[in-house]
Amino acid sequence: MELARKWVQIVIGFLTNGYWGFPWTRTIYQGPLKVVCSPGLNCYSCPASTTYCPIGALQQLLGGIRFSLDAGQYFLGWYVLGCIGVVGSFLGRLVCGWACPFGFIQEMIYKIPSKKFEIPRCLRFVKYPILFFMVILLPLVAVNDFGLGDPWFCKYLCPAGTLEAALPLLIMQPGLRATLGWLFYNKLIILIFFMFWSLLASRPFCRVACPLGAFYGLFSRVRLVKLRLDESKCTNCEACHYVCPMGVKFNESPNDAECITCMACMEQACKFDAISLEVGGLPLRGSSPAKKTAGQANQH
Amino acid sequence: MNKKRKLRKSSFIVQGLFLLLFLAGVTSGEPSRVLSQSWQICLSCIGIG
Repeated sequence: MELARKWVQIVIGFLTNGYWGFPWTRTIYQGPLKVVCSPGLNCYSCPASTTYCPIGALQQLLGGIRFSLDAGQYFLGWYVLGCIGVVGSFLGRLVCGWACPFGFIQEMIYKIPSKKFEIPRCLRFVKYPILFFMVILLPLVAVNDFGLGDPWFCKYLCPAGTLEAALPLLIMQPGLRATLGWLFYNKLIILIFFMFWSLLASRPFCRVACPLGAFYGLFSRVRLVKLRLDESKCTNCEACHYVCPMGVKFNESPNDAECITCMACMEQACKFDAISLEVGGLPLRGSSPAKKTAGQANQH
Repeated sequence: MNKKRKLRKSSFIVQGLFLLLFLAGVTSGEPSRVLSQSWQICLSCIGIG
């Protein structure tokens, strides 16, 4: 399953970043596919990006809300919220585990051998104020002299934009380098920080700072596809604690907002067939038959 | 004894609500605005300028 997940991440990474003509055009994709929402965090200023980033789009719409209302247009972010809401209510943070390019990059960096550290669980709450203040409130209320709000998260924090968009564009368009200032270096430091942290801990940006992950996490209890704990089979052996890349203690918190449905707990840890995948409350898949037999033998 | 598991309706209700939101956005013409925004390089977003 882990191999399948990696392949899905790679394929979706290429699908959402499928414009490979950018070395010749030296600019970003400007075609009709960009009306499609990227399910994961993927900057739409990335030269290869063929989809739009919902977090970036939402900030731009909210920042320009005064102009759109003055023009009699009601661009309040319904389309963007609807897209990520449908995805979230269907899959929740499964998107983070299977379809986010930036999550994939962090996982690859984590594989580099080094001393590994845990991320304090309390830090998972940091991403909710980031979602509320930097993505929603500040673009709406903190406007410039022209009445336009800034995309606060994209401008001051998002490391995915720096990695996927800023660096490639600086390579392709040397003229942009003259405009580099403290804003870029600030974001570069943030990128380096999260890349280094990814070496030492699993998915730090996803767990601590991703506003899209925070949004999808709100659907943890109602999403259609999720993992289920069979408490009658669970022995509380805590094996699932050691394999989870998001620090979820599945037997204690099966509807955790951090669960990215990577299925490591189901496939690699649980020997008692206590964890299964369900769709809408109905079982879809349990652990592999070999593990099931081993679990049943242990119980007897 | 295995309990018979029921289909969870809450997921579909939430999906339906967001689908309505999506359709409201489409009818207001928001996709064209999102498209025109995503065609432009957001220089402040990528930390340049």
